[in-house]
Parts: sequence; structure tokens; C-alpha cells
Amino acid sequence: MSEIRIYVPKDSAARSVGADEVVAAIERESAERGLSITTLRNGSRGALWLEPMIEVETPAGRVAYGPVQVSEIPSLFDAGFHLGSEHHLYLGRTEDIPWLARQDRFTFARVGLIVPLSMAEYQNHGGLVGLRRALKMSPEAIVGEVTDSGLRGRGGAGFPAGIKWRTVLSTPGEQKYICCNADEGDSGTFADRMLMEGDPFTLLEGMTIAGIAVGANEGIIYIRSEYPDAIATMSDAIEIAEEFGWLGSSVLGSAHQFKIRIRKGGGSYVCGEETAMLESIEGKRGIVRSKPPLPAIEGLFGKPTVINNVLTLATVPGILSEGASAYASKGVGRSIGTQVFQLAGNIARGGIVETAFGVTLDTLVNDFGGGTYSKRPVRAVQVGGPLGAYLPVSSFDVSMDYESLIAVGGMLGHGGIVLFDDSVNMAVQAKFAMEFCAIESCGKCTPCRLGSTRGAETIEKIMIGENVQGNMKLLLDLCEVMTDGSLCAMGGLTPLPVRSAVLHFGEDFDKRREVKQ
Amino acid sequence: MTLLIEPDYGTPASKKFDLVHVEIDGIEVEIPADTSIMRASAIAGISIPKLCATDRLKAFGSCRLCVVEIEGRNGTPSSCTTPVADGMKISTNSERIDRIRQGVMELYMSDHPEVCAAGDECEMHGVAKQVGLSQVRYSGSTHLDLPKDESNPYFTFDSTECIICNRCVRACDEVQGTFALTIENRGFEARVSSSGTSFMESECVSCGACVQACPTGALTEKTLYTIGTPTRSVITTCAYCGVGCSFKAEMKGDELVRMVPLKDGGANEGHSCVKGRFAWGYATHEDRITEPMIREAITDPWKAVSWQEAIEYAASKLMAIQSKHGVDSIGGITSSRCTNEEVYVVQKMVRAAMGNNNVDTCARVCHSPTGYGLNQTFGTSAGTQDFESVEHSDVILLIGANPTAAHPVFASRMKQVLRRGAQLIIVDPRTIELVRTPHVEATHHLALMPGTNVAIINALAHVVAEEGLIDRAFVNERCDLESFARWEEFIRLPENSPEALEGATRVPAMKVREAARLFASAPNGAIYYGLGVTEHSQGSTMVMGIANLAMATGNIGRPGVGVNPLRGQNNVQGSCDMGSFPHELPGYRHISNPKTREIFENIWGRKIRPEPGLRIPNMFDAAISGEFKGLYIQGEDIAQSDPNISHVHAALRAMEFVIVQDLFLNETSKFAHVFLPGTSFLEKDGTFTNAERRINRVRPVIPSKTGKSEWEVTCDLSRALGYEMDYPNGAAIMDEIAATTPTFSGVSFAKLDELGSIQWPCNEANPVGTPVMHVDHFVRGEGRFMETPYVPTEEKASRKFPLLLTTGRILSQYNVGAQTRRTPNNLWHSEDILDIHESDALLRGISDGGWVRLSSRVGETVLKARITDEVPAGVVYTTFHFPESGANVITTEYSDWATNCPEYKVTAVEIAPSVRGPGVLSEHIQSDDAELESLIRMANQIAANVPLTAAPEHAVAHHIVQFWTPAMRARLRNDVDRSKLSPIVVQALQLDLTPQPV
Repeated sequence: MSEIRIYVPKDSAARSVGADEVVAAIERESAERGLSITTLRNGSRGALWLEPMIEVETPAGRVAYGPVQVSEIPSLFDAGFHLGSEHHLYLGRTEDIPWLARQDRFTFARVGLIVPLSMAEYQNHGGLVGLRRALKMSPEAIVGEVTDSGLRGRGGAGFPAGIKWRTVLSTPGEQKYICCNADEGDSGTFADRMLMEGDPFTLLEGMTIAGIAVGANEGIIYIRSEYPDAIATMSDAIEIAEEFGWLGSSVLGSAHQFKIRIRKGGGSYVCGEETAMLESIEGKRGIVRSKPPLPAIEGLFGKPTVINNVLTLATVPGILSEGASAYASKGVGRSIGTQVFQLAGNIARGGIVETAFGVTLDTLVNDFGGGTYSKRPVRAVQVGGPLGAYLPVSSFDVSMDYESLIAVGGMLGHGGIVLFDDSVNMAVQAKFAMEFCAIESCGKCTPCRLGSTRGAETIEKIMIGENVQGNMKLLLDLCEVMTDGSLCAMGGLTPLPVRSAVLHFGEDFDKRREVKQ
Repeated sequence: MTLLIEPDYGTPASKKFDLVHVEIDGIEVEIPADTSIMRASAIAGISIPKLCATDRLKAFGSCRLCVVEIEGRNGTPSSCTTPVADGMKISTNSERIDRIRQGVMELYMSDHPEVCAAGDECEMHGVAKQVGLSQVRYSGSTHLDLPKDESNPYFTFDSTECIICNRCVRACDEVQGTFALTIENRGFEARVSSSGTSFMESECVSCGACVQACPTGALTEKTLYTIGTPTRSVITTCAYCGVGCSFKAEMKGDELVRMVPLKDGGANEGHSCVKGRFAWGYATHEDRITEPMIREAITDPWKAVSWQEAIEYAASKLMAIQSKHGVDSIGGITSSRCTNEEVYVVQKMVRAAMGNNNVDTCARVCHSPTGYGLNQTFGTSAGTQDFESVEHSDVILLIGANPTAAHPVFASRMKQVLRRGAQLIIVDPRTIELVRTPHVEATHHLALMPGTNVAIINALAHVVAEEGLIDRAFVNERCDLESFARWEEFIRLPENSPEALEGATRVPAMKVREAARLFASAPNGAIYYGLGVTEHSQGSTMVMGIANLAMATGNIGRPGVGVNPLRGQNNVQGSCDMGSFPHELPGYRHISNPKTREIFENIWGRKIRPEPGLRIPNMFDAAISGEFKGLYIQGEDIAQSDPNISHVHAALRAMEFVIVQDLFLNETSKFAHVFLPGTSFLEKDGTFTNAERRINRVRPVIPSKTGKSEWEVTCDLSRALGYEMDYPNGAAIMDEIAATTPTFSGVSFAKLDELGSIQWPCNEANPVGTPVMHVDHFVRGEGRFMETPYVPTEEKASRKFPLLLTTGRILSQYNVGAQTRRTPNNLWHSEDILDIHESDALLRGISDGGWVRLSSRVGETVLKARITDEVPAGVVYTTFHFPESGANVITTEYSDWATNCPEYKVTAVEIAPSVRGPGVLSEHIQSDDAELESLIRMANQIAANVPLTAAPEHAVAHHIVQFWTPAMRARLRNDVDRSKLSPIVVQALQLDLTPQPV
């Protein structure tokens, strides 16, 4: 009997629901049964509601079971799951699971498929093809390819990556840097983490290509301290890539040199703002810098610096290997390619949904997400993290792309989508937005530093019915000052959830409506 | 004058030259590229509200009051952080902007006291009014109950007034470079913090930059509360170190409220240190003596008398001495703490009224080798650069100076340059702060043994010559090639290699080579040095060695390079310029030159003696041997500051009559018969000349407490001595200086008032002064290389005295401490401490903080020990700020061979634990004929060191003729046992020792 290979994700989301225990149980059970089973730890496929989702290699391909609890292991063995047999947790061939099959995985193509730190599997699934191609291209041609692909920054601002790279390329400087922003702090987002844990080499490859394209020989990945697994995986990946002859004094035998190091985040939300991140990497307090100068011209330690989000950089290898047009053919309007949406909150089927831009919010929330976890009606969706707008059900037909969301008063941000059912009190949520800002504000600029606290206090007064009309005007005045006056997006966008809550759910600000918590 | 409010353009000036055109509120503005919109607006006369912006600091963009609208651009960018661009159309006002500004101020005022204790000093209520804020609708949590930090003696930190604009934090970083302040916590809880402790316990150096930067009452001088808001200002010059900072003395009536550094000040550009900014209270200290006092014997009590009685008494005594002991039996000492005008009249009185050249200055004991060395090589006795020059330096070679303690305002500037990427080489036995301090680290620290400077400078030059790093083009074009050829041959000798000198210096040869390469290969290499260079037996040789290195590497005559002595006192440069030396008339012209004498003789109406007079140490020797009997001492406490104090005391006791002119009774006045009360810098009307040759005005801030100017008192004494000296005011004295001294010919008080300051030479060729000297050619024509053989000092570590003591000063105290000890600066440093390396302490059972007995061959004292790795093993270090500890009881009579500048920096000592507390234990007994001993030592030293431009005996003879009095020459020839003299001196004595006109 040939060796049986079973995949159990090592992703921390899977581990948080017992993946490690499942592995131990499988190994114990197979030993007891005298079976020759190898457990492999892959990344998560992103269907988090199915985690721990285990996959068994069969002649027909990998078949999946989930969500698997330790208590189910004996019955799975009894059913012969290790041979791909039916069981009440049987999900069929992984790639046929509709939730996954309907996606258009580009950035996340390998996540869940491969063992993250296997250089062999990485290369077997198209890894390093992009980098090898880039090594044969001129810097201008690489930047041109990225520009032509239409790739925009996935951190939230959506700035065209190619234009940013071109600025760094054309800024003279002996020392330049590639900084990867992995300080993924938005509530309801986890794509950066899952990519780093599930396909770390892709990020390294994207950064290496960026380095070659703009003339940088050093990359820094700024990973939030709350991601210990991602930090460990990326560290191991860097070491493996160095031993492989990829990172270091010669990239894959070429004249290029590129090294990457990890900088653990300072534990502050604002450190995810690109200039605050630079300050933090430099060893200073994570406070926002004024722009100009642009980081592309005067960035880390005053040197020209590419700052891109994990997803942006991780998309680059695919663009180089498959060509700009393969990517550019996806999406709508000026929102080109795919977006890695993250479904979270009160949702039945949460996880990663990577599709081309243009999918509707309704499709994501109801078709993929399956509505609320609580089974109550959906009342609001916050798109784009804690600074994103709350959208009512009436907006669900919006096309999920940068421009369409702005048109309905929202923003795409990092692609996080958080669901709320009808028990939510939107005044509480608005107050929370201000409180979040108060807790996380770096404290540099006045509108954010003082405005967030005053905002929370004012909403509190509205909620208890104190001079509601006057305080509502004060709140909206404050929102204007914060929007127009703040130094960065933290204070500048905090009014977005507040104003959208007032606009779409004004009735919650009337104290006569009973506060439901 | 009313209160001077200097304009604040919000952001620093652009360094670009290309101009762009913008339109601001419809006004066309032409302005250098990269200028901020805020600054451009301010220049156009448009005031944009601001709180976090000030033009001493880089734009920060935090208050968000200065937002503007730009045609064709989204949003409301802050005008402080947005540079102008050609064709930009900017609106600084609109309804939207008003709403933002009012909204921001409404937020600010919701966490700010309704009434500010600091009054209008706090800009908040004024700005609120400016933006049209009518009401504050918010209520909620505030910081208005936070406690004040009153720990600093000079200023208060009141967090309730703080608006977190970061100006203090940024000033501590960008202006001072100390990083004592930070912001703690974030968001609403963000608070300015002296790094988690009180200001007093923090790293804060009390420079005052934060207080000055604060736009509110959060950081405020305590005097603002105790005295009140100032109503007028007087611009004047600090009287501490040689940086010469300009200040606004802000007054309420006749009371000084605070000293605020002047942004327009040429030397300091708005910065200050704890001494100049805050430690001026001594001027009104109760110890001030304001009435003249006399006594018959130094054992008698003082008797206050009228000015007339004191002057008549003094004059009659001096004249009696002269008639009994001869014209040469009296003399005077000028003070580097006094104005040029005060110094000028003292040397004039000595030369014209006393009729001799027995005038010297306290610069004798600090920078006299600079005068000699730079005169020999470059042709004038002064630093070559202005302070601004350092901004253009790529490599800085810092030798024997500790700027962060002794020249703090210049140190801050240097730190900024180093942080921008310039590299630093430090030559110093001690690990001074600049070796490694936040964001600054020296590339090389050559931690040499005290007394081996010349070995190091020769080794550095040897590497430059040997490794082909000489700037031949510069040397060929600018220097005397004959002297260069001789020097090059000398410096390439194997004995000058770093390897050969490693044993003496204890600096690894490879480090010396690396440092030499770095310095020689710098596009702009600048040398800065202090008393660690001059106060050695080879002080003058070292200065010439420095000049040689600068010339050999082509580092003279443009911004960013040069040889820069950091002067210790406010007017060292000036007192030397003013003819205070016994062999020179004002402007460094030798007394033997009949043409120079004639200029003065014509104006003064008296003949001037053509022979040099006594130097200070010569005076002491001559006093002990009974030849020198009377001394007028202007503002110098020689009985504390000069070396080998027991010798000084013996000399003072031996004199018949001593006049002290000073602010306070001091160690020297214990030996005086007349005390003439002096005036503090706050009362003076005159000029100081700083280390960069910058003549700054000193203006009277408060009325003279003695009722007289100091120069008036000197004139009175001169008149009583029979020589009429009379000036209507200080300006008239400067007019006489200008009329007699070519380098000052263009200087007048009127021009100084117009230009602010002038760097000499100022004459027809340089009507507004000379920031950088020797630009096209050296003052002496061609730069002259001098051979500088290393001759080890005789002061060597021995079995009995195995350690070397070196001395220096610290930030909060100043020299003998006469001023700073009478201020709260004592809170930082209240006694002299002996720094000892751990291994030396361990060996002797000395504990950190314990008492330690310090002894040399001349004396013994007790100090508190500090065990530190700032000194290397074998070296101990202390300061000389406190008379109780008597550091100069220990230092010896050894001195520079050329100038007799004392060898303060090397004394062989031993240390041992002591059970009793601090104080002088013993002063050893003098040998019988100190004068003869000195003459022998000095002559032999000259023979060993004098650079050979002629046959050795001729060089020695020439030197002696130039600098020794005829009486000293006669004693050397007639009274000395020739077997004690070196053969060269004996040969020199065969020659004609009468002066030849220069």
C-alpha cells in the first residue's frame, strides 16, 4: 500500500479551531491502526468556516473533509477517509467545492495548495518563474509590465503600483528600499497573514522583483507583532531562500543582490500608515510624516522607497510569469485584476474570496457569505476596515471596485467586509469608530488626537439625549474638521463610518429607540 | 527700545537658489524653490495662523491650522509642509478654511485653561481670536489637572497648557541634539515627557531651546511668573564662552526678566546653553562688591572708601614702588572676560602710564600657543573660519576639545552636521560625549596619552605624506615651498610614523593611518581644537602641527575647512587682539617695530619701550625673587586659576601692592590691597570678540552697580598715575582702536549697530568683515610649514606619581566658578569630582563616590571619586570650578616652551583613599630661586623645541629676544650656572641678545 498523504492547514486560523490537535489525533489513530500516513501542513484554502479542513490525496485529486473536530477522527478512519471515502464531513474534491470553485484565485493561487516552506512545491506550482523572467528584463521593462497589468496598491489607497515603482526607479540613489507593509491592522482582515503563512515565497519573490525593477538591494517586511506565526514562517522562508541562492549577494546567480529582513511591528494601528511604518522601522515612535516628500523619493532613512502591501507584492510574481495582459483582462473599469475579499463578522461562511473586481456586495455577502451567522437579517456591512463606511442592504447591488464604492460613499480599503445583523445599534458603532480612532491615533495632528475623543463624547451625549440637535451639528462639524484637517487617513477617514451611520441609520441616534447591545 | 519680537516665518529658509513664481491671495510672489507656502506667505506679508510651526524647526504639520487651498489640487494641505511650485495659485482664506481653523481651535481650547498663567506668552487665546473662534461647544475629559514639573531651577513645565505641538521635542532634537524630550503615549493621552522622569533628573541640559520653542505657557521661565512680562529688550552678548552668543535681554523696567537667544545672532542663530540662557543671576548676587575698598596689609580688614580715595591710594602706592624699585617693578593683567575697550585701556595704561610693557592677559594660560603657532604659519593669530563653515565640512578633526560641555551652542551645530553625514575624528585621552551620543558617533577616537599631541599630529601628517595624500596643487600655489620641502623631509622620517610613535601615544598605528586617510581624502576637512592642544609643554608646536596638516591637505581658505581654535572665554580673541601681550601692540604687531610704536606714540603722546615686558609666570618668578612688586589685576582670579597655586600665592605675598578689579572678593583678593569693584556684562557698554573673530556689541542692560564703567576706573587710575586718559564713551575707545589697528580700521560702534556684528579684518578691502580668512593668499603671503619634532614633556608618570592628571570643565560650571557657583547651576554640579578608571581605583581600593587624596610633586588635595570608563587606565581627570578642591594645587609650573602657557593638561599624580572630606591638604615648599630655575627650564625647553629656520643657536637667541625682557635675558647670561643649560642655549648666549627691528 502506497503512502497516504493528508493535508492539515498550519494556518493560524485553522490552528485556532484545533488543527494541531487534529493532526495529533490523526497520527495517533493511524499509528494505532498501523497505517502509513504522512500528515502535511499546508496553508488554509480560506474557507474558514470549514476549518480545520483536511485534505486527502487520492488518484482523483485532493478531497476535503471539514470542519473536522478531534472527536470525528475515529469515525473518519472508520469510514476510510484516508482513501477518500464518503463521510458526513466529506466535501468532495477540494477544487470542486463551489465556494472555492467560483473564485478566481490569482494572488492566492498557491495558498492552501502547497506546503508553505517547500521550495520544491513552490517551484512545481509556478514559483520563481516570474523572478527568472524578470532577471532577463530591463528595470524599465519590469516596471512597464507591472504598470500595464493595472495592479493597484492593495493596502487601501489603490495607487497604481507601476507608477510608484517608476518614481523610485527614476529617483537617483545608491541605496533604495522595498518595504512591505504587513501591519495588517484592519478589523475583519486577514489576507496578508494567510498569504504569509500559506505562500511566503510569493511575497519574497514579489519583493525581489520590485528590488530588481527599481534598483533596491534591501527589503524589509514590517509584520505586526500580533502575527507570530506569520513572522516565524516568513523568517524561515527568508532563510531557505538565502540557502537556495535566491536572497543574498547574487539573486539566482545573477549580478543582482537582494536581501530581506523582517521588522516586527510596534503594536500600533497607525504603524500600518506607510510613513508611520517608516518611522517605526527606523526605530522611532510610529507617528505619521507629512507628505511631501513622498516615500518614493525620500522614504526609509531618507532614501527612495517602494512601500507596498503584502497582496500587491504577492501579485507581482504572477503578473511577471503570466504576463500583464493575463492580469489586466480581469476586473472592471479602472479596477483591474482580482481583489482578495475577506468576509468576517456576523457571517455564516467567512473567509477569503478572491475574485475579479466587479462582483456585487450582495454576491459576496449572501452567495459566498451565506448571510449572517446568527441567521437574523443583515442590517449593515462595513466595507474596508474600521475606517470604512457602513452600507445598508439597499446598497448591496454596488459593484465591488474602487470607484463604485466611492460613488456610494464607501471605500474598498484592504478588502475587509464585516457583517452586522439587525440587532446592531449603529450609534454604538459610530461611537466605536471614534473610540477606535481615539485609542489608535498617533496623536500627532490635532483633529485626530483631540477630535476622536471629543467625537466619542459627543455621540455619547447624543445617545443619552443631551442637546441632540446641537450635538448632532457639532458631530458633523467635527467630521468635517477631521476629514479636511487630519494629517493622514486615520483621522481623515474616521468620519466615514460615523457619517454613514448617521446617513443610513439615523434612527439609531434617537435615544427613544431602545439601545440593544 | 520696545520688546523686540523677531519675525517667525514658520519654516526655515530654502537652501535653493532658483526662483519660482506663485500667486498667494492674488499677490505675485517670487521666492526660492522649496520654500514652504507658509514662509512664502509670511514674506508676502500674509499671516497664516500656526501653532506647531516655527522657523527654527523643520515643518511638522501637526496643528493643522495653517491649511490652505491650492487651485487644481484636492484637499486642504498644510502650508508649512507644502513647498511652493512654479505657477501655483494659493488661497490662504476661504469659508472652508475658516471652518477647519475654527474647528481645530475649538478642539484645542476644549483642553486648555480658560485663563493662562503665562498671559500673552501663551499664544493660544490670541490664535483663537485670530481664527474667529467664538465659542467652545465641547465638554469632556481634559488634562487640566495634571501636576506641574517645577524641578528645573529655571523653568516650569506645566502640562495643562501643553498642546502637543512637539516644538519642544523637535527643538531638543533639531536644535540642541540631546533627545531629552519625547512624547509619551499616543492619541488623547499623548503628553510631552522628559523621558519618564522629572526634567531635572532627565538627560535635559537646560539649554532652553524647548522653552523658547514652546508657543504656550507649558514651558516658561520661572522669572516670567516671579518678575512679570517683559516690556522691552536690549540686544547684547553672552559673557561666558568663546562662542559669543547674541541674546535679547528682556526687561521689565530696570529688571532683567530673561535672556532669550537672538535668532539673528551671527554666532548662535537663536540657540543658547544653560549658562548664557539662565545663569546670569550672579550679576545681582548679594556677594557683589559695589564700593571700592582698601587696606594697608593683607591681614587687615577691608575698608570701603570713595572712588577718589581708592584711586589716589592705588596710584600713590604704585608710583612709590616704581620710584623705589624701578619702572619695571609693576605691571598689569588684562581680562579675557572684559570688553575690548576695557582691555585696550589697561594695556594702554601699562604702556603709557606705567611706562613699561609688563602687561599680560589671562589668555596666557589658555590660548597663547594659538597666537604663536598660527602667527608663525599663517601670519595671524586667529581661527580661520566662521562657525557657519562647519555646515560645509565632510570630516571634522576635533582635538583636545569637549564642545558639548565647553562650547555647547557650537557643539549643537556640529552635531547637526554629523547627523547629516559628516564624519568625526576625535583626538582626546577621554571618551568625551561626542565619541558616542544619540545619533552621533565618531568614526575614529584616537585616545592618546596626555602629553603626546605632537606625536599624533606628526603621525597623521606622516601618513598623509607617505601615502601620497598631500594636496600638491594647494601647496604649490599657496605655500612657501622651501619650508614645505624641509617639512616634508622631516615629517617622512621614520621616527614620525604611527608605528614608531605607538608606544608613546598608545594609539594603534592602524587607527592613526585610517584617520589620516579619512581626513586627507575629505573634500572639506576642518580642524577644531581647544585647550587640550594649547595647555601643554609643546602647545605651540602642536598648533603649528595642526596648521601644517591643514595646509598639506589643502584645507584652508574656503568654507568647510580651516583651523579653528575654540576659545575658552568670551573675549580671549579680543583681549589678544587688543595688545594684551607683553611683546605685542594691538593687532599682533611686535613691540620692537618702530613704525608700529610710532602710530601709538603719536596718538598717546608717550614713548613706548621697544622691549617685551613680563609674562604672567615671569611676573610671579620676578615677584618671588624680589624684582616685581606691584600688580593691577583686571578680572582674573589667578590665585585659583593659575597652576601650581602655592607658587602663585607665594608670588602674591611677595608683592608690596596688589590691585584687584572684580565683581566678587575671590582667592586673589585675599592678597590684595585695593579692591576696585567691576561691572558685570549686563552693565558694560563695549564689544566682545568671539572665537570666529566676530566683534559683537555688549550693551548696558542694567545701570552700573558701581556707578562707573570699568574703563573709566582704569582711566582714573591712569590719570592719577600722571597720564591723562579720557574717553566720552566706549565708542570713542573703539574709534582709537580702529585708528591704530589696520585689521580694525573699519570697525565702529555705529557700524556694529548697523550690521549686528563684524568679523575682523574689517577695513577698506573688507568693509563688512571677513568670515573666512586666507581665501586667496595667507595673511603672511605664503603659508609657512614649520618642523614640529615631538619632545616628550618632562612631566612623566613615575613610580611615585604613576598616573597622569588632566583637567577640563563641565557644562553647568564655568572656569573658576565665580559666576556659575553663584547661580542654581550648582544643582547640577556642586563640587569637583575626580574621574578614575576602574582598574586604577580597584588597585588602590578606591570606591565610587568615596574620598580620594590626589597628590603631585607640588601639592595635595582631596576630592570625591567617580569611577568611569570615560578616562583610560593611567589617566585621572578633574575640573577646577571650586576653590575648595584646589585642583591647581596639584598642577605644576611646567609650561609651553614658546609662550609659557601652563601645562594644565599633564600632571603626574598618585591617588589614595582618604577618610577626610574635600579640601587642600598641603602646598609644597618652593625651591630657593624659583626665577633662575624657571629661566633655565624655559631656555632649555626653547632649545629643544624651537623650529629651526636658522642655525639652532640663532633660533634660540631670536626667540629669547622676541619674548623675554631684557632683565630676564641678563639674568640668563649672568646668573645661571651654564652647566645646567643645554649647549645650544650656551651657544646662543654668545650671540648678541639685543633686539633687531623686525
